[in-house]
Amino acid sequence: MNIKELHRQYKKRLAKEKRWIRFYQLLLLIGFFVLWETASSNRWIDPLIFSSPSRIFRLLMDMISDGTIFIHINYTLFETVLGFILGTLIGTILAAILWWFPTLSKILDPYLVVLNSMPKVALGPILIVALGPGMTSIITMGAIISVIISTIVIYTSFRNVDANYLKVLQTFNATKWQMFKEAILPASFPTIISTLKVNVGLSWVGVIVGEFLVSSQGLGYLIIYGFQVFNFNLVLMSLLIIAVFATLMYQLVEMLEKRLIKNE
Amino acid sequence: MGFLIVENVSHTYFSKDAATEALQDISLTVEEGEFISFIGPSGCGKTTLLSIIAGLIRPTAGNVYIENQKVYGNKDLSIGYMLQQDYLFPWKTIEENITLGLRLLKQDVDRGIASKLLKDVGLPAVEKKYPRELSGGMRQRVALARTLAVDPKILLLDEPFSALDYQSKLKLEDLVFKMLKQYNKTAILVTHDIGEAIAMSDRIILFSPRPGRIHEIFEISEDIRRLTPFQARSHAGYSPLFQQIWKELERLEH
Ligand SMILES: Nc1ncnc2c1ncn2[C@@H]1O[C@H](COP(=O)(O)OP(=O)(O)O)[C@@H](O)[C@H]1O
Ligand SMILES: [Mg+2]
Repeated sequence: MNIKELHRQYKKRLAKEKRWIRFYQLLLLIGFFVLWETASSNRWIDPLIFSSPSRIFRLLMDMISDGTIFIHINYTLFETVLGFILGTLIGTILAAILWWFPTLSKILDPYLVVLNSMPKVALGPILIVALGPGMTSIITMGAIISVIISTIVIYTSFRNVDANYLKVLQTFNATKWQMFKEAILPASFPTIISTLKVNVGLSWVGVIVGEFLVSSQGLGYLIIYGFQVFNFNLVLMSLLIIAVFATLMYQLVEMLEKRLIKNE
Repeated sequence: MGFLIVENVSHTYFSKDAATEALQDISLTVEEGEFISFIGPSGCGKTTLLSIIAGLIRPTAGNVYIENQKVYGNKDLSIGYMLQQDYLFPWKTIEENITLGLRLLKQDVDRGIASKLLKDVGLPAVEKKYPRELSGGMRQRVALARTLAVDPKILLLDEPFSALDYQSKLKLEDLVFKMLKQYNKTAILVTHDIGEAIAMSDRIILFSPRPGRIHEIFEISEDIRRLTPFQARSHAGYSPLFQQIWKELERLEH
């Protein structure tokens, strides 16, 4: 048997294995919903609390046909995307400032530790008082939850850039700004992208909690509203939508990562 | 007057729990177009001295002049520095890497300068490739091209061949040697390889262990100097000199 033939067989086996894995993943998903539906219609679980896929689906169809769901999805998505972009961007800028002024970074070090350990969502009430009970507060929540940890992680990456790259630039009389632009920042792109990935998840937390607290719109609002009027169809539907969009967003960032870091 | 003058240079590194005396009272003069090698036990301050000559760190005492200008903080002097690894920027293409120095020094970036330099260092047209697509030897050639692009006054080579396989190393030695002679460049090479030092240099400076001092200077005879590094290794005068330096180095290390 020749090598080509063996390789073909190997690839075939791989493809087959992949198909099986996909199959089981799908099976698990369908099984979950089928089980949920059966359990609910046979009253093994309380349908008032745990709802059922068919009720959720009907509700979703209603809200799609009257268009309300899109308003809520839009609202929350906008806040989350802005929140995590702001969180990462401001984190990067703060990291750059710390890198530029080493003394400042030494001075601020303990405060960063404190801020980082603090549960940021606890700041919610203060933000609402300060910024008003609206979208600004929610976006700030989405951003603030990720900004300190982004600052710390990105700053660490800035500092760990191999000093010899800077040496090369110094021999070309590079200014500090040029060193940042040519070496420090691009060398840290992988780290920044990976914080972006973490921040997607964090921003969802911030935004949903923010909506719990103030909003009159959005998926977080739907959850808290459904809870208050004891409409758990609404609660679970919102949760499922959040799961779908959070995953999509994560996948999107991952695609971005692949495209940006292809030359490593 | 010498081209490069190192005048009573001493350097001590300070840290919280130690003051490390790296160099002690180094003086030397290098003429234009000369090729000097530094050898000595590891940790004796060779890299430190190169950094001082490059004007990257300020010595605790003493001064360095190139063409009578102080090097530290001097923005007009261009210095070529090559390190053990190529330190090509992985996110830049080969062309962007080669022209990096030109852009930073605000010199003209002629179209086609990268391809000309690539040809000079014996590489095919790889301008549009990324460093990771090249072998170690090729990358070090690109690093050489990047260094030469800015037409530096002096080349400082900190063990640039030591991470390469033997064959690439010999080829690159010949290449660097020829190019430096062709452009009449002054160069200082730090190396662990006594053979390389003999084959490439006009003078070898042997440093004593920390704190580094000039222990002995070996002049290479005219007939070895004339040869390319590869030919020099088979010259009759090569082995005796190798033995002599080897013994001296052994004595220093124990
Ligand atoms: N940035 C630094 N801070 C403190 N000590 C250093 C630093 N760089 C080098 N040294 C010390 O100075 C001595 C000389 O180092 P170096 O110049 O790198 O030697 P070589 O290149 O000859 O091996 C060594 O003992 C090293 O540990
Ligand atoms: Mg060294």
